Amino acid sequence: MYTKEQLESIKRVEATREERLKAVLAGNHPRRMTAEEKEQVLLENHPDHIKSQFAELKIGPNKGEKVPIELAETLQANPRINPADIDLTKIDYDVDVLVIGGGGAGSAAAIMANENGANVMIVTKLRHGDANTMMAEGGIQAADKPNDSPAQHYLDVMGGGHFKNVPELVYKLVNDAPICIKWLNDLGVMFDKEADGTMVTTHGGGTSRKRMHACKDYSGAEIMRVLRDEVQNRQIPVVDFTSAIEIIKDENGKAAGAVLMNMETKEILIARAKTVIIATGGAGRMHYQGFPTSNHYGATADGLVLAYRAGAPLLYAYTLQYHPTGAAYPSQIFGALVTEKVRSIGAQLINCDGEAFMYPLETRDVCASTVIRECRKGKGIDTFNGGQGVWLDSPMIDMIHGEGTIEKRIPAMMRMYLKYGIDMRKQPILIYPTLHYQNGGIKISDNGMSEVENLFVAGEAVGGIHGENRLMGNSLLDIIVFGRNAGINAAAVAKNTTVSDKLNLDHVESFKKEMADAGIKTDKVSPKLLPRYTHGNPVFDEPKAKFMK
Amino acid sequence: MENMVNIYLYGKKYEVPSSLTIMNAMEYAGYQLVRGVGCRCGFCGACATIYRIKGQQELKTCLACQTKVEDNMYIATLPFFPLVKQPYDIEKVKPSEQIMMQLYPEVYACIGCNACTKACTQELNVMQYIAYAQRGDFEKCAEESFDCVMCGVCSSRCPAGITHPQVGLLARRLNGKYLAPETQHLLERVAEIENGGCEADLQDIMKKTAEELKEMYNNRDFEK
Repeated sequence: MYTKEQLESIKRVEATREERLKAVLAGNHPRRMTAEEKEQVLLENHPDHIKSQFAELKIGPNKGEKVPIELAETLQANPRINPADIDLTKIDYDVDVLVIGGGGAGSAAAIMANENGANVMIVTKLRHGDANTMMAEGGIQAADKPNDSPAQHYLDVMGGGHFKNVPELVYKLVNDAPICIKWLNDLGVMFDKEADGTMVTTHGGGTSRKRMHACKDYSGAEIMRVLRDEVQNRQIPVVDFTSAIEIIKDENGKAAGAVLMNMETKEILIARAKTVIIATGGAGRMHYQGFPTSNHYGATADGLVLAYRAGAPLLYAYTLQYHPTGAAYPSQIFGALVTEKVRSIGAQLINCDGEAFMYPLETRDVCASTVIRECRKGKGIDTFNGGQGVWLDSPMIDMIHGEGTIEKRIPAMMRMYLKYGIDMRKQPILIYPTLHYQNGGIKISDNGMSEVENLFVAGEAVGGIHGENRLMGNSLLDIIVFGRNAGINAAAVAKNTTVSDKLNLDHVESFKKEMADAGIKTDKVSPKLLPRYTHGNPVFDEPKAKFMK
Repeated sequence: MENMVNIYLYGKKYEVPSSLTIMNAMEYAGYQLVRGVGCRCGFCGACATIYRIKGQQELKTCLACQTKVEDNMYIATLPFFPLVKQPYDIEKVKPSEQIMMQLYPEVYACIGCNACTKACTQELNVMQYIAYAQRGDFEKCAEESFDCVMCGVCSSRCPAGITHPQVGLLARRLNGKYLAPETQHLLERVAEIENGGCEADLQDIMKKTAEELKEMYNNRDFEK
């Protein structure tokens, strides 16, 4: 239900709609920005460029580099355990490949490790499948149509990432994309298809070809539930409600397992493995710069902490993706994702004057920055929960493609808003950028291994694939491409690795020493594992200082 | 002052702001959730919840992250429900009626009470998709069950012990793999990649300097 003021503003959106619609139907979209205009709007408005929100790392492989304040704090926080207290001779789980994380990347990795003959186990801190993968709505990119090519996809990815992407990783991403779509299709993922089998594909922000494949707006959920089912069919063990809190190494400094903690009983367990795959996902629940997030409850950058302490460098950890269209209203869904597909299939971004102020499918960073600028200019709409937003003119979709399109193509979005008395078929929705994706992460080579031997990484925890900005539909793609890749290679390396009986946590001890030497004193512990929310009600077991201001 | 309501979490009374969802109200009351919480956005099905409003007969079901609190709401979460999952080999099964009989024979014990449909947190016609499964009409079963988040509430209400979410998932996978039309352009592109047909162009573009790439990027042609 909108407020009286918002309903007034909607009238101004409606007043210009017919004219805007006519223009779009005649092929006249709002103008795309020039390269210079994009650069300027990013520099002046994108959160990645707000210097006061970054801190320099004082220790570890990326010492001297700047990362978001909250990330610096968690990377340089105290370990949850004292290594001396941990008995590494009492092995609870002994496997070839240990996968940390039960989302899309972890599941794809486990399936391929199993396929390649490895004894593989998944450990995950919530339920299997509780992950950002489940929430990805829009789709998955692959250049599989005649007017498209992996090279064209490569160009879009590089440009979207501001040419900072690691070329070898982008090569793998675009080259394996059609192969991965076929793999998913053969596992029984229900892609949207025409009657003759042609994939229904659309544009995403920054794409030059329509290569976004989708499963309605449950794309990630459909992929995740099929992968989870396949893991279960293969009877791959999944230890759920158990987090990994440190990597364990062998006498040669290679990754050789992990210290685990039962999330409910806090019992410590030891997993020994020949190779380890970190597939722990992103960091939205760190709420960088106070942004709301579209992410899953468990997205707390755990993998980055584990890897960093083990000595693996990060790449581009300073860059985050703020999705341009988070729900700005009502407050119950503040920060929830409004899929880019809403713009892909025709909705425009409209300011308080009823003006379409930008081409709606610029890349996400440009789009988010322009929305922020519009609100700063006073062209936003009050959300009555302390913020601003702009209109996303969703009724245009059915007007362009025919009645029933919203219901058929974006049913999840429609359902989300209907719950709060807003029918997006009839009324526009209010949006503002939301913290969505960790562009940076752990540095890997194209075999999926980090700079710590036998420590592999897949999915959102990886840095470098997407440069400084990921395109829509390349995350579902990357978890499958690099999840499979890590699973295959971790299984192969495991075959030539002998089990160590000299497990150690020496790197944790030296990290603590490095902290002390650098004069870092903190009461924070990491990995964070879960955020703590109180919705305004104070909780008194937190550090006192917070409530004594 | 915010408008407050009384709710009962596992029978214990708490006063919470009326604007909160059940999940947020639990956190407001002081719970740090580990169970019964996931995407917080209505997609993962982790937060199945049962409630009754004091004085009303009807027992209602919902997702805690998607439902606002009401005054005098008695709330019990259902973070886990023992669903049955039968393992199978997707390469070996066939989309025939026999497969349902073999893996989930309890679907034929449906007594038509429709409790599953009434309980569905996604407002799906659950009993209908089970009926399609009984008949081996996997395409319709897949379509009808597509928005399922597998929260398991339907199964918790079923007198016949049916695991509806798994039946729907099996139907969807059979549909996606065996019944949906094959995608010719996908098969052709995969063959092209595997035969090295895309390699030269990729190697070529990888050799471009940053300046050359920028030039190409800024002058891309766009598919309308």
